[in-house]
Amino acid sequence: MITAERKPLEELIEYVKPFKRILLLGCNECVTVCAAGGRKEVGLLASGLQMAMLKNGSNIEIHQHTLERQCDPEYVEELIPMIDSADAVMSMACGCGVQQIAMRFKDKPVFPAVNTSFMGASERQGVWAERCQGCGNCLLGITGGICPIARCAKQLMNGPCGGSTGGNCEISEEVDCAWQLIWDRLKALGLQDMYLDNIPAKDWRSGGGNGPRKIIREDLAE
Amino acid sequence: MENFEPVIVAFCCHYCAYTAADMAGSQRLPYPPNVKIVQVPCSGKVDAQHIVTAFEKGADGVYVAGCLEGDCHFKNGNEKAARRIDYVKKYLEEIGIESERLEMVNMSAGMGHRFAQVATEVTEKIRTLGPSPVKTAIAQ
Amino acid sequence: MKTESKLEKILAAGHLAVTSECGPPRGAKPDEVIEKSKYLEGIVDAVNVTDNQTAMVRMSSLAASVIIKQQGLNPLFQVTCRDRNRLAMQADIIGAYSFGIDNMLCLSGDHTKFGDHPMAMNVHDIDSIQMIQMVKDMRDKEIFQGGAELKGAPKMFIGAAANPFADPFELRVMRLAKKIAAGADFIQTQCIFNVDKFEQWMEGVRAKGLHKKCYILAGVTPCKSLGAARYMAKRVPGMDVPQEIVDRMASVPKEKQAEEGVTICVETIERLKKIEGVAGFHIMAIEWEEKVEEICERAGLLPRPQV
Repeated sequence: MITAERKPLEELIEYVKPFKRILLLGCNECVTVCAAGGRKEVGLLASGLQMAMLKNGSNIEIHQHTLERQCDPEYVEELIPMIDSADAVMSMACGCGVQQIAMRFKDKPVFPAVNTSFMGASERQGVWAERCQGCGNCLLGITGGICPIARCAKQLMNGPCGGSTGGNCEISEEVDCAWQLIWDRLKALGLQDMYLDNIPAKDWRSGGGNGPRKIIREDLAE
Repeated sequence: MENFEPVIVAFCCHYCAYTAADMAGSQRLPYPPNVKIVQVPCSGKVDAQHIVTAFEKGADGVYVAGCLEGDCHFKNGNEKAARRIDYVKKYLEEIGIESERLEMVNMSAGMGHRFAQVATEVTEKIRTLGPSPVKTAIAQ
Repeated sequence: MKTESKLEKILAAGHLAVTSECGPPRGAKPDEVIEKSKYLEGIVDAVNVTDNQTAMVRMSSLAASVIIKQQGLNPLFQVTCRDRNRLAMQADIIGAYSFGIDNMLCLSGDHTKFGDHPMAMNVHDIDSIQMIQMVKDMRDKEIFQGGAELKGAPKMFIGAAANPFADPFELRVMRLAKKIAAGADFIQTQCIFNVDKFEQWMEGVRAKGLHKKCYILAGVTPCKSLGAARYMAKRVPGMDVPQEIVDRMASVPKEKQAEEGVTICVETIERLKKIEGVAGFHIMAIEWEEKVEEICERAGLLPRPQV
């Protein structure tokens, strides 16, 4: 999922201060899974914002609503009946969702409530770790299922570097050395010889080097 | 503020803390009427939203009472509650409410005295702290 | 012979080569480069010029290499993957060769986290092995990495680093094989204190015949003090400093520690000379360049052969 974390309340107060009525939007997908912007977090943020604003001597009306996803226009359309009664919108979705709302409602200020981080997976309850950087040309088939671009701090394709220590990356004991993980997997699969193949320099165009990316499915797009 | 009577909400787990409250009652142990008890099946059931809403509605102090460490009827609900309370304390500070207004306490079902003692101590602590800044703001 | 490099000539003639290091200054201070290089004149066959070492910004390795070349020494121009994309790398390599610099070392580079700009992006457009391949193709196939023809190809003597002490150990010989397959002509190892472990690695290297495909220069460093020994033992990733070395440094009084460090270094060189496959030494005496002459003298590496 796409992971995110709520912005400090201080920053969010600055955004909503000038307004009287806010529409606070949650998203039922990625940000719900990482407990950053789902229905629950919308409730908590609404309470917190209201109390903080009261303390500062101002009142603010917060209308809470959570969409199934904010990255699809069909769901965003659901906001039409409630958008006029808001002076501004604050979205707890990832950057994709925030932008979708902003593009649809051009005359409403739209603010992000979370900092979008990375594409990752849950390691266990409450812990999410980076797994993919969207390089556009997946090589997981030749690296034992571990991504050296997302999980190696130097995105080496022919690692490890000389800093790998005890299975950890040189930058921290909390970070696994991706190439140690890859090697362990290759061994478990009996594919050690694959390690000797040098992976050639990457064409980064598929990874954003060609500008903002788009996928068009001709069979689906009108 | 003169004649300030703190409003305290106590979320008490059915198996230990609420039973202890019952025991305090049956033993006629006095404790301040400021403490409003809310029974929950387990302290781990108390959501961050419950706590925050309590403050929003005007509570001056909140505590969550669960079983003694290692004795939770639901295995580790009290541990989850403790972690959650630490998290909410940080959120309270962000909002501008002193984190001391929230705490986690542990007791067993037979500890009628402890229940009364905690209720008294928390009430006095909050009395010293004064009314919650939110309540003050609402009043103004 | 693949290049005109003096270092290659010395190695090809069968002599033990000696290289050392010069870390450029953290400012536009060419005199400091000149000062350091004076200690190495006539003492070593090539001088490594580090590239933003430990991710701290310094005078570029290209600029410092030019200064060293102008002093009459033979620079070994280091390039890391951390700070440049492949365009900038190729441009710098062509630029370096235009000044007559014909030795280079391809490295990954320490993570920015360790340096003075932890907020900077780590580029890593290509990795060190891909860089070796790129330079080899520039030299031998006379093409740019993108495939276009390259007129005025840089005839670089290509080096890489090897760390027999990093984890996982079982991979370290294979890693050398990868670098050689990509085109490495010579390698310099991380500094050796644990000679036994190095011997173990060399056994693996010889078993695959790698020592015949590539010149291996064994890295050594003199410990300046007990503190320095401890620091290297505990704080530097990928370094193996056995307890006996630390104890030996601790066993002498403070005023004698520097001398002891140099002695240990010389003894290490003598042991390494006996290992089959060692083609030379890379003496890293950071901020202590003046000691290199004494180390070479005592280890019987002077005078340097003329080719």
